[in-house]
Amino acid sequence: MPIHSGARIFVESLLREKVEVVFGYPGGKVIPLYDELYDAPIKHILVRHEQGAAHAADGYARSTGKVGVCIATSGPGATNLVTGLATAYMDSVPVVAFTGQAPTSLIGTDSFQEIDIRGITLPVTKHNYMVTNVKDLAKTIKEAFYIARTGRPGPVLVDLPVDVLKSHADFMYPQSVHLPGYQPTYEGNYMQIKLAAEAINTSQRPVIFAGGGVINSNASEELTNMAIKGRIPVVTSLMGLGAFPEDHELSLKMLGMHGTMYANYAISEADLIIGIGVRFDDRVTGKLETFAPYAKIIHIDIDPAEVNKNVKVDIPIVGNAKNVLDKLIPLIKAIERKEWLEKIKEWKRRFPLNYEYDDNSIKPQYLIEKLDELTDENTVIVTEVGQNQMWAAQYFHFSKPRSFITSGGLGTMGYGLPASMGVQVGNPDKTVINISGDGSFQMNLQELATISSNRLPVKIIILNNGTLGMVRQWQELFFDERYSATILENPNFVKLAQAYGIKSLRIDQTNDVEMALKEVLNYDGPVLLDVIIPQDENVFPMVPEGASINEMLELKKKKREKEKQGEVA
Amino acid sequence: MRHILSVTVNNQPAVLARISGLFSRRNFNILSLNVGETELPEYSRMTIVVEGNTDTLEQVKKQLYKLIDVIKITELNQSNMIERDMAIIKVNCGKNQRSQVIQVVDVFRGKVVDFSLDTITVEITGDENKINAFIEIMKDFGIKEVVRTGIVAIDREMNNNVLTNS
Repeated sequence: MPIHSGARIFVESLLREKVEVVFGYPGGKVIPLYDELYDAPIKHILVRHEQGAAHAADGYARSTGKVGVCIATSGPGATNLVTGLATAYMDSVPVVAFTGQAPTSLIGTDSFQEIDIRGITLPVTKHNYMVTNVKDLAKTIKEAFYIARTGRPGPVLVDLPVDVLKSHADFMYPQSVHLPGYQPTYEGNYMQIKLAAEAINTSQRPVIFAGGGVINSNASEELTNMAIKGRIPVVTSLMGLGAFPEDHELSLKMLGMHGTMYANYAISEADLIIGIGVRFDDRVTGKLETFAPYAKIIHIDIDPAEVNKNVKVDIPIVGNAKNVLDKLIPLIKAIERKEWLEKIKEWKRRFPLNYEYDDNSIKPQYLIEKLDELTDENTVIVTEVGQNQMWAAQYFHFSKPRSFITSGGLGTMGYGLPASMGVQVGNPDKTVINISGDGSFQMNLQELATISSNRLPVKIIILNNGTLGMVRQWQELFFDERYSATILENPNFVKLAQAYGIKSLRIDQTNDVEMALKEVLNYDGPVLLDVIIPQDENVFPMVPEGASINEMLELKKKKREKEKQGEVA
Repeated sequence: MRHILSVTVNNQPAVLARISGLFSRRNFNILSLNVGETELPEYSRMTIVVEGNTDTLEQVKKQLYKLIDVIKITELNQSNMIERDMAIIKVNCGKNQRSQVIQVVDVFRGKVVDFSLDTITVEITGDENKINAFIEIMKDFGIKEVVRTGIVAIDREMNNNVLTNS
């Protein structure tokens, strides 16, 4: 057995876990570790802020299905990871974060750059560790990766005191883990699956509600097979976009606060909801008391704690979505469901997503539609949070899993730019497009340097309305148009990108959209497109907070009409 | 409603913080929590008294199970368990009242563990109600200080045997 330093054990363990790339930022307490990385066959992407490292690892994980890895030093380096870990935690993303720590002899003495990162990250990690003896290091790393990727995935943090990195131990990477308190259930109970099949086969108006769990368990194919076999329409949550091809007639796109009207109507009139890998979040259910009033609910999820958490479930099935669907599909009968599908078709016809096209100003929805037209299946959309995210979710057609990367649960502004780096690193042959807003972009714009120095060909499209659009929208609709702290005075993004050595262009005319997008997409390298859009363009439909999901606000045409009348008078 | 959970956990640093943190961030209400070593050195056992309806209890149990360090959770049935709480109570008590206090202590099967010129310190063990009743009575004399362990509980073996035999 070889005797290695802790730092070397770290590198050897990562190699055993087949880690190809890590995102990080060095500092005093991780110098020994970086010294080992210097010669290691692991690619290190140097970010410009540790939050960027966490989001990049997260984007890498979401887009590849592998575990993302990030490294930060102790103290402020570690605390800078927290938002990234919380983002990954809320969306069940497998990430392992390593942080430096003060030497064990100084822990608890408020020594330089010492912080209790294990304590701080307790609520935002699936599990976390502090390694106090180098003999435990390999075992701990093995467990960290195992816990991050199995069951309901999530982030795991490993805190590494610097003396542990410097001291030596025999190295042997364990073959297996022994965790008696961690036994995820993968196989659904067959009796429950039979009950579910019976409910589905006797349902007149079923709807499948698919979420991130379908993507996490690589069950898109099974989901599609089941929907087609049983002629069951499919709605997805934000996290589920891409789990079911949106160009299929059975797709009702996204439901919830900014979902399609037909998705929300279908859920509201369904007699059966088959929730797969979802958690019935409040942005989806609206007012709980009136959510799906006629529906029985089947809930398939790997996390038993999600069952009955928000809605009462009639038939719970705890298990991995793929395994459960594999057993469920043979029991599903092919049923026409003509009446129900006709009704849905009619809703789709009567209540499509719509916006007012304008020759004179670029409508963000129009730009996303054009982008959808001009890109192929080999594209990954990575968004920020707010209006940009909702327009992308609504107007882009997602046909493949892992093609839409977004911070759903935590809603982290500043997620998209660094996440898109991780996506691009994990998928060098794909077109990675970061759809951004002028607010979100500025939350992690330091990562332009990472993108530039690594020549990551990320396409950044800023939907620039000079405002924190989603908050402004709420202020317009629910706070008497009192725009408190939402108007942004922005720098010149085109010049900013140029300063980082990134090609950039700006458009403000509808006519220029197609040409500019083509230029962006055809450019071999990173590029930033600053798109000036109207400040008062809102995201519709919208379910006001606390309302039932079939009580949607529609595109506000009246205001415009009033304005036009004013012009005439 | 009050529920008593016996929770076997890894005997490791930060486990108590994981559990208490879970209760506070999920807005679960702990009435008492007690932790100590078990028959196996690698595990600790906690007795947690939780307030809430059955839905809350279901969530508490499921969320606890999600913690990697939680090995086993047993919900103790109120009628088939042995439950003890212990209190040490310092009561104001001059010479004249001593015999009166000691009489009450005897009735409650408590134990006098310390005297001073104007206080008397009593140890008392039993279920929660008994201790509450004793404290009520001691209030008449004037309580100086109370310390309580919170509930520790275990299920009755007899009960388990009956269940396995039937």
